[in-house]
Amino acid sequence: MNALNIQVEGIGLWSPQLANFDSLRRLLAGEAYMAPRARPEASALSPNERRRAPESVLIAIEAASQAVAMSGLAVASLACVFASAYGDLATTDYMCRVLAYAPTELSPTRFHNSVHNAAAGYWTIAGDCRASSSAVCAGDASFGAGLLEAAVLACADHRPVLLVSSDTAGIGPLGELIECTQAFGCALVISPNIDTGKRLRLATTTSAPRHLPLPAECTARMRDNPSAACLPLLAMLAKGEGECVLAASEQLGLQLQMEVAA
Amino acid sequence: MRATTFPLAVTAYTATSALGLGLDAHLDALCQQRSGLRANDFSDAPLPCWIGRVQGLEDAPLPTTYTEWECRNNRLAWLGLNQDDFLAKVHRARDRYGAARLALLLGTSTASIAATEEGYRRLEGERLPADLHRKVIHTPHSLTAFVTTALAIGGPCLTISTACSSSAKVFASAERLIRLGVVDAAIVGGVDSLCASTLFGFNSLELVSPEPCRPFDASRRGISIGEAAGFALLERIEAHPDAPLRFLGCGESSDAHHMSTPDPEGIGAELALRNMFEHAGIDVSQVDYINLHGTASQKNDAMEAALVARLFPNNTRVSSTKGLTGHTLGAAGILEAAISLLALREGFVPGNASTVQPDPLCTTHFAWHNETRPMRVALSHSFGFGGNNACLAFARKDMSA
Repeated sequence: MNALNIQVEGIGLWSPQLANFDSLRRLLAGEAYMAPRARPEASALSPNERRRAPESVLIAIEAASQAVAMSGLAVASLACVFASAYGDLATTDYMCRVLAYAPTELSPTRFHNSVHNAAAGYWTIAGDCRASSSAVCAGDASFGAGLLEAAVLACADHRPVLLVSSDTAGIGPLGELIECTQAFGCALVISPNIDTGKRLRLATTTSAPRHLPLPAECTARMRDNPSAACLPLLAMLAKGEGECVLAASEQLGLQLQMEVAA
Repeated sequence: MRATTFPLAVTAYTATSALGLGLDAHLDALCQQRSGLRANDFSDAPLPCWIGRVQGLEDAPLPTTYTEWECRNNRLAWLGLNQDDFLAKVHRARDRYGAARLALLLGTSTASIAATEEGYRRLEGERLPADLHRKVIHTPHSLTAFVTTALAIGGPCLTISTACSSSAKVFASAERLIRLGVVDAAIVGGVDSLCASTLFGFNSLELVSPEPCRPFDASRRGISIGEAAGFALLERIEAHPDAPLRFLGCGESSDAHHMSTPDPEGIGAELALRNMFEHAGIDVSQVDYINLHGTASQKNDAMEAALVARLFPNNTRVSSTKGLTGHTLGAAGILEAAISLLALREGFVPGNASTVQPDPLCTTHFAWHNETRPMRVALSHSFGFGGNNACLAFARKDMSA
């Protein structure tokens, strides 16, 4: 394939350990950083929506808001792609329990929160965004597949795109099986590369995923949450250089290179 | 910046729903206006409503090679893939381009959630029972991961799950991958199967009709949920200059209105249409037929009837076919794409089945009965939960600009 060249205009991040991209930068540099509050702020949502929204939506919105703020772009016209390997595992656990014993007592709010595009729905409503929005997954490769989808949209239609990838901890019998034990959300605002300067080059590859060594705190996150597969890329962005291969499907890799355009 | 879509050749397509297995069964049911809906007999304590159930799935296990993937949704996917010579056409495309140059993009709203529901009904302590303790079927990627394996796809494989627009949006993603040269061809489609989550979920929102759904009827009472599988193979026109049917483009938008009801003004839906016209390089005067979203919910049908009246000239014919198939949710996009392609191929407008008394909002655009007429361009509307909209445009080869 022809490589896709993009620029990263904004970066967002939230996990119970890391409040934002700056915290990750400090972690990578071996500096001290503040742990976030127990619940993501997600201040883009109205108080009403914040009450109704599940944790999965709050994390996605928090990461998205950080990335968009860094980019300086307006939400209203920004296309978005929301990736999540598992959707909202706690809501799925609730749904399946109620459906097993008292199906007619299902909560309509919990039902509408259960759709895979719940975060995309809350985000577009909160930001008055009428641009294209999508919700995708690709198993453990959900971040890489979402990045490819977002980069292809940016390059094909010549527009900036918000990518959000987030997953939350599983609970109950489903949680026991799925083994996603920590919440993690990240977001990137990307645009097609037209300027000179630092850019990210994407190309599909049959090579297996690989990246430079990361701190133990990062590799632990990558084991306990599929959306943390973004960390090798975020580490490259923090450093301003590097190369890695992320999984874009079980068979396909996505090679990412930071380079300076002539 | 304006980005015109590559028109693509639709070199294979197929559909399986309550109307039957494959295109011939669908064409026959459409011509007869024979509904596939029946009184809900799904599960032990069924809701009093009507459903579009695919006959015989219970007796159609997956081949033993795929036992790990066994569940209702993947059975429906496999049954769908085995109609209309679709598998053979995919194999030919794989031989021609190589596995890594083929993408697979599938839409689903609930994937194999029915298997997770069943697991919770039969818990062994706090664990899913041993026969269902299989991670691959309890994730929203279950469908695409199974079909990737069954078709041996080596290129990008993505699940799009935007509720009822899921398997319409796959066309847009596929077109972009082909336009940028990431792949040479793409298999698109979608599968959604009956499950308690959607039956009781839509029931909790008071959107399920106690009688067979009647899209655009003045006294419609809500939706009837159905299940379906559908697939299409998209390739560059240069590779198939004589292919009679083409995909012209997709438009996408968001309502920014409400999680579970469409914007009554239809601003988002109109934006999706305008985005599609821009991509496809056509305008309203060229549209012969629109397969409407037409779910038989109060709000969708009112919004969509007004949208048709506002935007389209009188010679555009419109109808919903959900009175025959039910609302197949994440599979509605591909099922109704297949119906639109059949309408183009056969030169007929399928009637808006099941309507007794049309809603006064409906204009003369509505085809209440089947009509025969030459067709060049057909659209399909998909407006999903969360305000997620997609509109598809297809054309006969002799029309394409």
